[in-house]
Amino acid sequence: MSAAVCIVGIGIHPFGRTPGLSGLEQGVYAVRAALGDAGVDWADIQFAYGGSDAAGNPDSMVSHLGLTGVQFINVRNGCATGGSALFSAQMAIRSGEFELGLALGFDKHPRGAFNALPAEYNLPEWYGAAGYMVTTQFFAAKIMRYMHLHGISCRTLGLVAEKAFANGAHAPHAWRREPVALDAILDAPMVSDPFTKFMFCSPGEGAVALVLASERKARELGATPIRLAAATMRTRPPGSFEVFAPSIATGGGTATATRLASAAAFESAGIGPDDIAVAQLQDTEAGAEIMHMAENGFCADGEQEAWLADGRTRIDGTLPINTDGGCLACGEPIGASGLRQVYENVVQLRGAGGGRQVPGTPRTAYSHVYGAPGVSAVTILQK
Amino acid sequence: MSPAAALFMPDAPLRLVGGRAKGDGRIVFPHPGTDDFEAVALSPTGTLWSYTIQRFRPKTPPYAGPEEFTPWALGYVDLPGEVIVQARLVNVAFADIRIGMPLALTKVALDAAADDPLWLPAFAPLEQAA
Repeated sequence: MSAAVCIVGIGIHPFGRTPGLSGLEQGVYAVRAALGDAGVDWADIQFAYGGSDAAGNPDSMVSHLGLTGVQFINVRNGCATGGSALFSAQMAIRSGEFELGLALGFDKHPRGAFNALPAEYNLPEWYGAAGYMVTTQFFAAKIMRYMHLHGISCRTLGLVAEKAFANGAHAPHAWRREPVALDAILDAPMVSDPFTKFMFCSPGEGAVALVLASERKARELGATPIRLAAATMRTRPPGSFEVFAPSIATGGGTATATRLASAAAFESAGIGPDDIAVAQLQDTEAGAEIMHMAENGFCADGEQEAWLADGRTRIDGTLPINTDGGCLACGEPIGASGLRQVYENVVQLRGAGGGRQVPGTPRTAYSHVYGAPGVSAVTILQK
Repeated sequence: MSPAAALFMPDAPLRLVGGRAKGDGRIVFPHPGTDDFEAVALSPTGTLWSYTIQRFRPKTPPYAGPEEFTPWALGYVDLPGEVIVQARLVNVAFADIRIGMPLALTKVALDAAADDPLWLPAFAPLEQAA
């Protein structure tokens, strides 16, 4: 492998709702925070990859940051937008073309569920008219089958949500910062069975920026080197069960884009799931975190029931998962969501997590996003 | 809508139109409406693969159902040896839905009060289907 890529600066605009600021302005806020964290100026930045799904053209932020002529490429790749921006940015450094640049993402979604239209996903009009362009249906149907096959209980789904809100209470950038009792989660109104309203994340707002540097440049800046050991992005394999699926291949439903992206990331980093100290896994609802634990190789199908009961994924567990509360506590601004996971991992590897810090100075961290229409992006960081 | 892109076969008995890929023989639903798939009548019976209940009114557009919302059940139905299709579940109480239950094809109007309703594929418990 060619030269290592390091993350030398991180910045975030708090997730949630910020009525006074556009998505792009939140992006600018995150970039300035990341530049300050890295100790570099905007004029030092040689390139940027900026992602947004629904909040405008990221490159227009140069009018706020300065017209330095910087190379700035916009990325719009569904739920993998942030991961794709990061993949592209690290390639720009790995190739030797540049030494210092940015991967950033922001978004600002209106209230309520995502409003997908069938034509955007190569689906017939009747599919939307029928009321099937609803992401929650997919996640609910997928976990319903998974629970049936692998003995996962509703209580375990509740434990995932309870943990998310408990962790989010300690994350300054989280949207939901109040713990919610397990009984309140389980007894809340059902949204899409088996999920109650506390088991889903909401589309929201927020922004994240990461300053990336070559290893040489990182040393020059005197930064604690946090190396990007892997960044992968994959699309769906045959026989997978994805968002907005009018049909699934017989015998299918277990192959996923996540499995492909995860295997490629571990191969690239030269380590395995047992070597990971902290993980951020896509948890747009409580079931996703459960299934993604297995799809990313951290446990076998069905072991999640015991893992959650034993608290193994809590901050003080053997594999803390979603230490800032994940999407459940932070909401999901699509363009920023995957980069939030990387931001959180850098915080953890720096030992700067405060009340949510994983004990024992973690040295490896894993992040994973998944989304429509069957895309996944994974990163592995090492200190 | 071209015949190849219809949901149901034109003649009785009621059958869904699937598409069999001319290349590798895999079956998809609905028929993509392109030349590389031939139309096949799918099995009218199958078993429930998974399901959920839609308990809130989906956003309009694209949802075109009645303004007044009544929750409905949505299933994935395994048509043995063919394909797993997404369809409404009808004539069954939500609490009685079980993965693996035998089902038979029927259809349901998206808006029963409409003059010319959109008919959606639906499945009902095998013993209750018409």
